[in-house]
Amino acid sequence: MASRRAWTPWAFLAPYLALFTAFVIAPVLLGLWISLHDWDFTLPGKPFVGLGNYADLFDPSSVTFAPFWNAMRATGIFTVCAVPLLLVVPLAVALVMNQGFRGRNAFRTIFFAPYVLGVAVVGLLWRFLLDANIGVVNALLGAIGLSGDTAWLSSVPAAWVSLVGVTIWWTLGFNAVIFLAGLQDVPGELYEAARVDGAGAWGRFRHVTLPSLRPVTMFVTMVTIIASANMFGQSFIMTKGAPGQETRTAIYYIAETGLQNFQMGSAAAGSWILTLALMLLSVVVFAVFRERKGARA
Amino acid sequence: MRSSTSTLRYVVLSLLALAFVSPLLFMVSTSFKSRQESAQTPPTWFPQAPTLDAYRTILSATDTPVFRWFANSIIAATSNALLVVVTSSLAAYALARMDFKGKKVVFGLIVATLFVPPVILVIPNYEIVGRLFWLDTLLAVIVPTAANAFGVFFLRQFFISLPTELEESAYLDGANTWQVFSKIVVPLSRPALATLTLLAFLTNWNDFLWPVYVLFSPENQTLQAGLSTLQSANNVRYDLLMAGAVIASVPVLILYALSQRFVIEGVSRSGLKG
Repeated sequence: MASRRAWTPWAFLAPYLALFTAFVIAPVLLGLWISLHDWDFTLPGKPFVGLGNYADLFDPSSVTFAPFWNAMRATGIFTVCAVPLLLVVPLAVALVMNQGFRGRNAFRTIFFAPYVLGVAVVGLLWRFLLDANIGVVNALLGAIGLSGDTAWLSSVPAAWVSLVGVTIWWTLGFNAVIFLAGLQDVPGELYEAARVDGAGAWGRFRHVTLPSLRPVTMFVTMVTIIASANMFGQSFIMTKGAPGQETRTAIYYIAETGLQNFQMGSAAAGSWILTLALMLLSVVVFAVFRERKGARA
Repeated sequence: MRSSTSTLRYVVLSLLALAFVSPLLFMVSTSFKSRQESAQTPPTWFPQAPTLDAYRTILSATDTPVFRWFANSIIAATSNALLVVVTSSLAAYALARMDFKGKKVVFGLIVATLFVPPVILVIPNYEIVGRLFWLDTLLAVIVPTAANAFGVFFLRQFFISLPTELEESAYLDGANTWQVFSKIVVPLSRPALATLTLLAFLTNWNDFLWPVYVLFSPENQTLQAGLSTLQSANNVRYDLLMAGAVIASVPVLILYALSQRFVIEGVSRSGLKG
């Protein structure tokens, strides 16, 4: 359907492209520009330093090296621990929920509910529940005879268990719902065919469910990796980076360095390094899913 | 055997549901406790002497205007969602149905940004918002995040899937492109537009890092940012923190309970399109 006038498509695109240029394209380029300068929002002079900010982040003797890589490591630890659980647990819940039974919608509603609360409520609530002294979690553990004095928010690895656990509580429903929608699209004939071939429950899961869910799983994996690598609120509210700087994530470090201490050049360089690492990871995820597809065909 | 697996299923799901709901019940219970009881060990499940003190204190404190935060969040998330839906539906329609030079480049650029992590935009957008004098105003949390690449991608896929007959016959009747879009395409696309509105609203409502740094004054904060300042202001007053959390959660939970079918369907539909 050709439009009558040459400018019609551009008129439709204009409002979006205005926003897109101002707040996506320009910032990407400006961020690169900032990262090449000694840039302080509050000061007039912004001397060009070339790749100096990047060099500092890779130079073990510079002051930015240790905090930045500690933060990158925290992001890595969180992502590596959270992503597999945020795939497996929601998938298991979705598999159970995919069977027809009464009350299914009520469970679905309950599991999704924490997500609509937002990270501030979730963080405050769990900071209270996990409080080492007066928290209900330690009280419950003590009541059943386990150690009731774990410092859930101020010691590692307990703080990681807390951050990952709370994130699962908060977002399990979101991933489960997407898996559930995927499961409902798997053609029933495939299961019948597998049954005729003598496949048991595990065989049907491996040879029918998992392959049919591949596009959905790839989507959930990508979304979960990006979300985990951007984890900020849970750490900001619950642990404040404690015990030392162990749970201070990369984006926490970048925001603090750039928007609180106004060392924007260094922060922009850090965000480019994190972005490149994430893009590399995305390529790996794509390759893994594609390779499996090839092996099956 | 069938009935025993179904019993097991109910037991497992019910235990999980209990683990999901009890923190929220404990939050409500604590908000009705006195200051002393909220810090008591072992904690009490139900308030021994229920009181509204925590609500009274938090609602009268001028540095923690919880209702104002709530209103700010509603204004910001609604404006942002409307801006997202209007701009991305127009753009998506051009990319789905019109031929023009540069179309592939524009679409390619938009799709490419789907894979750009938002962290890369934080520092430069702070600089841009500062130059626009938008710092510490709601414009800072409404406008920059409205350039939503997912919205364009999602709606374009939807528009392509619509049959073209109605649009063609409208053109034969002399309608122009704008009339075809607003009178035919938009009404046909209501479910997709509603899904995107909802997702944009939820994303903006939940946004945390950006409002924490771009909004400074207590009265300008969104709910998420404001609540986190509550924590440092009243470090050990869990009764106050929980009362604030209840005020922030109950309206959203009621809204969700009323529309949960639609919310969940919207989320699952968007997942499959990705």
